[in-house]
Amino acid sequence: MSLRTFLPAVLVALVAVLPMMAPTTQVLLTLALAKGLPVLGVIVLLHAGQVSFGHALFFGVSAYAAAFLARVYGGGELISMVAVGVLAAVAVGLVVGIFVVRYRHIFFGMLNLAFSMIFFSVLEKFYYLTGGSDGLPVPRPTVAGFDMERAGFETVLFYLTLALCLVAAWATHRFLCSPIGNMMRTIKTNELRLEYLGVSARGVLLVGYLISAVLCGIGGALMAVAQGVVTPEYVWWVRSGEFVFIAILGGSGSVSGAFVGALIYEAVRTYASAFANDIWKMVLGVVLLGVILYAPAGVAGLYAQVMDRCRTRPANKTVDEDQ
Amino acid sequence: MTGRVLMEAKGVDIRFGGVVAAHEINIQIHEGHNLAIIGPNGAGKTTFLNICTGYLKPHSGQIFFDGADVTKLQPRHLVRKGVARAFQIPQLFTEHTVLENLLIAAAAQSRRWAPFVPMQRIPERDMMVELLGMVKCSHIADRPVSELPEGQRKLIDIAIALALKPKLLFMDEPTSGVASSEKFEVLDIIANALTEAKVTAVFVEHDIGIVERFADEVAVWNRGEVTFHGTPGDILSHPDVIRDVIGEEV
Amino acid sequence: MTLQLLALAIFDGVAYAALVFLVAVGLTLTFGVLKVLNIAHGSFYAMGAYITASIGGAIFAAGFSPWLAFPLMLIAGALVGIVVGGPVEKLLLSRIYELEDVLQILVTFAVFLILEDVQRLIWGGQPFFESSALQVLGTVDVFDITYTVYQLILLPMVAISVLVSLRLFLRRTLMGKLILAVTEDREAATSVGINAERVYFVTFVIGASLAAFGGALASATTSVLPGMGADMIVLSFAVVATAGLGRVEGAAVAALLIGLGRSFAVYLWPEIEVLVPYLIMLFVLLIRPEGLFGTTHPRKI
Repeated sequence: MSLRTFLPAVLVALVAVLPMMAPTTQVLLTLALAKGLPVLGVIVLLHAGQVSFGHALFFGVSAYAAAFLARVYGGGELISMVAVGVLAAVAVGLVVGIFVVRYRHIFFGMLNLAFSMIFFSVLEKFYYLTGGSDGLPVPRPTVAGFDMERAGFETVLFYLTLALCLVAAWATHRFLCSPIGNMMRTIKTNELRLEYLGVSARGVLLVGYLISAVLCGIGGALMAVAQGVVTPEYVWWVRSGEFVFIAILGGSGSVSGAFVGALIYEAVRTYASAFANDIWKMVLGVVLLGVILYAPAGVAGLYAQVMDRCRTRPANKTVDEDQ
Repeated sequence: MTGRVLMEAKGVDIRFGGVVAAHEINIQIHEGHNLAIIGPNGAGKTTFLNICTGYLKPHSGQIFFDGADVTKLQPRHLVRKGVARAFQIPQLFTEHTVLENLLIAAAAQSRRWAPFVPMQRIPERDMMVELLGMVKCSHIADRPVSELPEGQRKLIDIAIALALKPKLLFMDEPTSGVASSEKFEVLDIIANALTEAKVTAVFVEHDIGIVERFADEVAVWNRGEVTFHGTPGDILSHPDVIRDVIGEEV
Repeated sequence: MTLQLLALAIFDGVAYAALVFLVAVGLTLTFGVLKVLNIAHGSFYAMGAYITASIGGAIFAAGFSPWLAFPLMLIAGALVGIVVGGPVEKLLLSRIYELEDVLQILVTFAVFLILEDVQRLIWGGQPFFESSALQVLGTVDVFDITYTVYQLILLPMVAISVLVSLRLFLRRTLMGKLILAVTEDREAATSVGINAERVYFVTFVIGASLAAFGGALASATTSVLPGMGADMIVLSFAVVATAGLGRVEGAAVAALLIGLGRSFAVYLWPEIEVLVPYLIMLFVLLIRPEGLFGTTHPRKI
């Protein structure tokens, strides 16, 4: 095992054991990982050269679907809540996706934003269904039929989240390396040629879009359960902007960047926002500018650079699979 | 002229604003007969390719391929039927390597989406490695296409089209951007690959030497119309063609 | 719906459309030239409103004439355009015209985030309300409806005169012709020696000023509060997309369409009021992806 793959493995192990040593970090880590999933969804689309300013839509749709399910059945079951959340996100993703994959660049970004704002105002205005700006409570669900104590449940939720993140990261990585994943990446460089290969660029982008909706869906349902409440804030444009920000910060070229970015982001926000609450958006903006102008590959890119420099043996094959 | 009719244009017209880019184009493309299209700049040669491959829709007239009306189809539908295209300015996937460009084409051709299989492991890979050998580009397989000189980019562009296993291949100035000392060599490579794959080619070309050597038929374009169509021997020696087209090239 | 309500909805819609048009036309003009859709455009709108409401409030409280509100609005518009918009273009955007589209979008998004908190730092989270300009012009009675002169007459007139003078500026003045030339074909324009950098700068400042001026005018009719910039950028994007990117006259039509749609919703189905602009945009784009007045040119290959 090379150093390059060894360190990420250590990081995963560290995240896995940290809550045993410092129990207060458990909820924080759960939230950070749950947020990493929609960030991964944003990264999938960035590989196609498109940025969505509305992906909180699928995050929120899933969270609300999970909350509704719990309410209808008077308390829910964790597995079915996540499953229903993902299904709802995919269904909405299909409808919205068929429309937005016709557009590129700023239109793609803003139309996604428009859809998320529509859902946001529906949540606020139709309060007799959605609880308005107070949102809906999400009672602690059973896990595979068992009622659990709070502490036990949080531990289960944390490891479930971690496991889902690992699976999602692996599957997304494989997707991006696969033939169809590579086709999706050509939408960024030469969509015309893709059409001249007999492939529908819109169709390929739609596949990527649905995958990103699934990732948002998993994250949204987990977040709803972890926080115990869903509010329209789940769908707010600031949330979507956060996903994009973390994707750029972590490194949009890489799958691991989503989670590294989310962990850094949540940690900084939790411990620093007390001092910088009023200028939090400004901090985000400045960091975003800095990353784009000076470190466009993000944290993951910096890591790859450091690794390249540390390598003592001459390179026989330097292709980084993540890039 | 013999051979089965592969593609046919019937009464094709198109205008851009006031400019007539195609007027009453009637032409047949025969299987196994490589057709060269010559004519001055702005004569509508690329427009004809755009129409035949579905990129532009004629304002009137029809295009037939294999006997079926394909006028309204999109480029990707025509590709599925066996019409491929190479471009005047190479259209490559600039963030991929040479081999990856071909693998994407091969995966598209065989409809192999394989969402969780690395592209480097698809069964079509061997064929693409072979194709790279055919166009004499094996040594650059792992280079990013963005680093290549224009001549090699042209070859890769054509190789991508060949990876689609077409019946008919349109090439827009396959040797433009290639140093004149290498033109014949490059076209030899392409011609061999075409013969081996049994592909009929239609190519726009300015170099009359190349046309003489590689075309079975020649069509002359002028102001959106086909003014002459016949064998290279007849056409290239025709005084009007020499005056209007070849004279300009020399 | 009675005739009176109908008239009321039309008045509301036109007044609202006039404001939205001012912001949207700045956005579409900037996009036409720079080919960057500036997400921070909504912030200029908000800052124009904040400056007018806060300074206006202070000087009227000190006993100055409320008529000063009108010159103040013009000054606020120009001030934001030059002092905020100018440096944004010069120091930041001018460095990113060669970057990928995605990164350009993200840079303007970052500027937007920064300006959001700049507003919060300067003006705090409390809403401002300063309607002296509205009151000083009084009201008129039309069809038995009492309506403010400011909204019924002044705002539409300002919008129309901006539209007309923008047309004249673009068609008749040298700078305007340069802007049109760069909009049409950036490469050709620079190859004949047009100083594109200067054209970009001037266009951006004009666009930003129009947004801020729109905000200044809006401040007399509504509370100025955090988040108004975010709402406005999405709304003006809806107008611009409905019209077709880069279409100045089209933006006026689309603004009217969306303004009227929204005001009718207020009376007929208030829950969906906020959604109407998006629904109109989505409906138009579904039928005409290039917008009502947009045109598509197939790429030359």
